[in-house]
Amino acid sequence: MTLKDEQPTVIDVSRLRSKFGTQVVHDQLDFSVRRGEVMGIVGGSGSGKSVLLRTIIGLNRPSSGRIEVFGKDTSTLSNDETRALQARWGVLFQDGALFSSLTVAQNIEAPIKEHTRLTKSLRQELIEIKISMVGLPPDAANKYPSELSGGMRKRAGLARALALDAEIVFLDEPTAGLDPIGASKFDDLIRELQATLGLTVVMVTHDLDSLYAICDRVSVLLDKRVKVGTIAELIREPDPWIDEYFKGPRGRAAEAAKTRPAAAGTLPPTDESTGTDTTTSPNRSVR
Amino acid sequence: MALTGVEASTADRCSFSSETLQGRLVVAFSGAWTIGFVGTVSQEIRNLKSDGITSAVFDLADISGLDTAGAWVIVRTISELSAEGIDVELQKASETSKILLNTVTKNHVECPPAAPPDNFLVEVLHHLGVETYEFCKAGRDLLNFLGYATIVLGRTIIQPRRIRVVALVSQMEQSGLNALPIVGLISFLVGVVLAYQGADQLAKFGAQIYTVNLVAVGVLREMGILLTAIIVAGRSGSAYTAQIGTMKVNEEIDAMETIGLDPMDVLVMPRLIGLVLVMPLLTFYADMMGLLGGAIMSYVSLDISFAQFGTQLKAAIGVNSFWVGIIKAPVFAFIIALVGCYEGLRVSRSAESVGKQTTRAVVEAIFLVILLDALFSVLFSIIGI
Repeated sequence: MTLKDEQPTVIDVSRLRSKFGTQVVHDQLDFSVRRGEVMGIVGGSGSGKSVLLRTIIGLNRPSSGRIEVFGKDTSTLSNDETRALQARWGVLFQDGALFSSLTVAQNIEAPIKEHTRLTKSLRQELIEIKISMVGLPPDAANKYPSELSGGMRKRAGLARALALDAEIVFLDEPTAGLDPIGASKFDDLIRELQATLGLTVVMVTHDLDSLYAICDRVSVLLDKRVKVGTIAELIREPDPWIDEYFKGPRGRAAEAAKTRPAAAGTLPPTDESTGTDTTTSPNRSVR
Repeated sequence: MALTGVEASTADRCSFSSETLQGRLVVAFSGAWTIGFVGTVSQEIRNLKSDGITSAVFDLADISGLDTAGAWVIVRTISELSAEGIDVELQKASETSKILLNTVTKNHVECPPAAPPDNFLVEVLHHLGVETYEFCKAGRDLLNFLGYATIVLGRTIIQPRRIRVVALVSQMEQSGLNALPIVGLISFLVGVVLAYQGADQLAKFGAQIYTVNLVAVGVLREMGILLTAIIVAGRSGSAYTAQIGTMKVNEEIDAMETIGLDPMDVLVMPRLIGLVLVMPLLTFYADMMGLLGGAIMSYVSLDISFAQFGTQLKAAIGVNSFWVGIIKAPVFAFIIALVGCYEGLRVSRSAESVGKQTTRAVVEAIFLVILLDALFSVLFSIIGI
């Protein structure tokens, strides 16, 4: 953990207040993410997890507060700066949010075409790499989203989010709607990509197994604010909701699964170093 | 690992330089080898191979950034050189660069190319065939549904307690009462237009007074009912499809069936019966508004007073003309509601298909209404009304 503690902050939200009508969702919320970590966001239904994520990526306008990404206040950016910023993050929406009229390859191509000037053949080669990296079979490239299973749609959505080699990836419930095998494979994939590409991952999730398997730190949304810490730190919090969340039957089962050696063996090798030492987590613009 | 700030690499280009030393190619890479910049060098770097080279060294010491796109261009070059029998050695690559290069090497797979489009003519014929088949199938299914709906309607008439009164009244309000402003306005304007155009032409023969006949026959026999039907198809027919389709997407229809509620009774009949009941009333209202528009225009442009208009109206047409229009109303209403509900029930479980079926419902309903209107015209001329 020590190394990650020294990493610079890439997302810094301070004194955020969001409300819909008269309903205040966040109030005086502070939240920050360090480079190269996997940050989980959890909370009860309606506690504003997705709203927080959507606010950071600019889909919701906050009532007040400051959001800095890569050290820049997102509310003061010009259009060009916003576009440049968008090229540095990728978002995976709940069901992939693939463009239904385009094939998987064209979906992945869309951000590349929009943001860069590469030749058709180079684009095609990059698409092939992305498809393989997210674990899709080659013949998925020419399929339409409606022809894919839920898990494959999420993988394709992830490939599109990573098309421009995003530095931050936002995931909205990445394992929701997947069967347990698919969900755990998706967790592995995220961990693996995070390690090889040096991604910073912010994920909203309900899945306790995912939390234990891949998150370095977890933010719990409680009473319109967040409590941040590793799972071990959070469990020591005296809050009843956190207590019930992590120590309820599901929480205990997930913890047991994490510590069981058989389960750990299925994770990619990079994962075994998590929690104590993440020096292997690379960073592409840092040499 | 040295840490820089959170800023991206400041290099705004990527480049390489090469030199040949005794058959050994040395390539020094510098700058940001990232997706935004590699486009400029990706072709150039392919021209590296030249005769007399036996080995190559890629020096990555000076690159300030590398992502999968940059790594791919390097990996591609390496594999192209290897194919020529030239061994490539990487020098001074950082750990992270090596991981990235390995990942990219491992993940290069060829995806099958997209199927090339068929011959244009074949494509057109194929499309024509598919569409014709679909059209016939849709016609058959609609006929099927017509039969089913008729049976259910008969059953409902025999057992009136099956009628959902609240739903029926609510549907009558939505598709009847709430349509009054738009139906009235459009009919009024069409009456105005008919009178104005008629007056213009008929004045040439000094037969201005026959403008009244034109307006009366036009509005009562055709325009009133046809406009009402088209507005109702666009307004209520589409709403039926969208409402029922959304329920289908939410599995509400499935839920109904498991509880033992028949969607035909609960959803289709109130809409069908409701529309059949209100459509004649709407048509009557449209007729009156059309005549009013004609009368006002006649007064303004031809100085025909309302009293004169009334007298001429009475002389011009019999009560038959009025009934010819009204009699079509329940038939059109039945068709519009039938098509709307049918397309709604055909929605598959995606939000996309709600939109598609709604469009279909409106197009089909208007098509059928105009087709039936033509058939009615033929029928009326045969029986001489």
